[in-house]
Amino acid sequence: MNKTWNNKAWFMVLPMLVLVAFSAVIPLMTVVNYSVQDTFGNNAFFWAGTDWFRQVLESDRFWAALGRNLLFSAIILTIEIPLGILIALNMPKKGIGVPVCLVLMALPLLIPWNVVGTIWQVFGRVDIGLLGYGLAALGINYNYVNNVFDAWATLIVMDVWHWTSLVVLLCYAGLVSIPEAYYQAAKIDGASRWAVFRYIQLPKMKRVLLIAFLLRFMDSFMIYTEPFVITGGGPGNSTTFLSIDLVKLAIGQFDLGPAAAMSLIYFLIILLLSWIFYTVMTSGDETA
Amino acid sequence: MAAHTRKRNLSFLVPTLYILFLLLPIYWLVNMSFKTNTEITGTFSLWPVNPTLRNYAVIFTDPAWYSGYINSIIYVVLNTVISVAVALPAAYAFSRYRFLGDKHLFFWLLTNRMAPPAVFALPFFQLYSAFGLIDTHIAVAIAHCLFNVPLAVWILEGFMSGVPKEIDETAYIDGYSFPRFFVKIFIPLIASGIGVAAFFCFMFSWVELLIARTLTTTDAKPIAATMTRTVSASGMDWGVLAAAGVLTIIPGALVIYFVRNYIAKGFALGRV
Repeated sequence: MNKTWNNKAWFMVLPMLVLVAFSAVIPLMTVVNYSVQDTFGNNAFFWAGTDWFRQVLESDRFWAALGRNLLFSAIILTIEIPLGILIALNMPKKGIGVPVCLVLMALPLLIPWNVVGTIWQVFGRVDIGLLGYGLAALGINYNYVNNVFDAWATLIVMDVWHWTSLVVLLCYAGLVSIPEAYYQAAKIDGASRWAVFRYIQLPKMKRVLLIAFLLRFMDSFMIYTEPFVITGGGPGNSTTFLSIDLVKLAIGQFDLGPAAAMSLIYFLIILLLSWIFYTVMTSGDETA
Repeated sequence: MAAHTRKRNLSFLVPTLYILFLLLPIYWLVNMSFKTNTEITGTFSLWPVNPTLRNYAVIFTDPAWYSGYINSIIYVVLNTVISVAVALPAAYAFSRYRFLGDKHLFFWLLTNRMAPPAVFALPFFQLYSAFGLIDTHIAVAIAHCLFNVPLAVWILEGFMSGVPKEIDETAYIDGYSFPRFFVKIFIPLIASGIGVAAFFCFMFSWVELLIARTLTTTDAKPIAATMTRTVSASGMDWGVLAAAGVLTIIPGALVIYFVRNYIAKGFALGRV
């Protein structure tokens, strides 16, 4: 669509701008303030320069948490994206099955995140949970509280449970936009199931898959509530992701300087990712 | 033909198995919510042997419990109304006009959607303390605008761009003023988009806990935070915890039902 150049449009954007600026810019400036100052209490601050940033970047704790974040995101993307595509391809195309599937699949997306954590915390317990009890009955020694592998496995299964539906819904939205004529043409040409997928369905899903990939990457990169409820970051520090570490540092230990510096570094990583996301999305707008 | 039928049956199997996997943990929670604590910890059964409504009775008779639901609903609805109200004109501006810095502004909005709530928890607390807004519904509603307004603008912009510009121009020629055109003609045209945007604002405000918990202490405490109360001196009250969990799933399920036909398009941010 060709848009008219009109700077008066700013007036329409203004209410939104004021509101978001209040919620975003002021808090962010507070963080910037803390990140370059030190305090002895009593609101007496003095300039600390880049000390906090250096401290954070040189600490093993930060890099370990970042590494865990990246590993977690990599694992859940490898599982959720192909699984989501597989389910979307096999979704019913019409009839009563469609709304039933959509509503049931969207269900986990609307459960408060700490309740998701609680559900899995209970479900995985060996004494009262179906999963824990079942695994114990099969003779598998499963305990997410003190075994690192089990803790990770629980978090990954939980995330797959929680978010694969997002990928399914996005892929499904892409698939239903394919005109029936494409499939008929493929049938006449005697195209195999694989060829239909590779040359008709996959190209149509490219855009929504991109949204799914990036949304899942960014949201899993910010994960906080669920691991906090299920493992509390343990056993040891094995599931302490950046968000959890950050909240520990800022609210638990009240180390404002390092916490603020870490926040900014974290935010810059997210900013970079958003920029990639935005560039990819808008370049699609022009060609689509 | 036989091969065709077999393939059909198999393809039904994939979503069915997936839905089973989704429902199993939820079923377990519902199952637990109808059991007594002695039954939960003492025996193992796939369904409640002595079904009881005691856990739900606890929640519905104790104001400390049910006020959590009321608080959550109040700030979620407030947030949805505010977000959609400010996003509507902004989305119109983005979809119809080019203006100084529009692309930068749109990108800046997006970064707020992507901002980790953990980064904002502490500064939010200080900001809202300074304004004396701690423990009020409006504080949480405004704080959640941080990620809901950008999302609403984005979804609405997607839907609005699907409406041909000729409609605006024809209305102006017919003598409609801008506000009248917007309310009488444009809003009905994008009604489904508004529904989807409202749904997503509701959803993300409903599931978020970190910020909501940071900004509230007692009077506006969300239900999800109230759930930590089940740990007491006498041990864990699993039954009540499960019942409270089940009750947090219900509003979401109701809302999904109303937008079921638009949900897929909405998740694609109106851009399929």
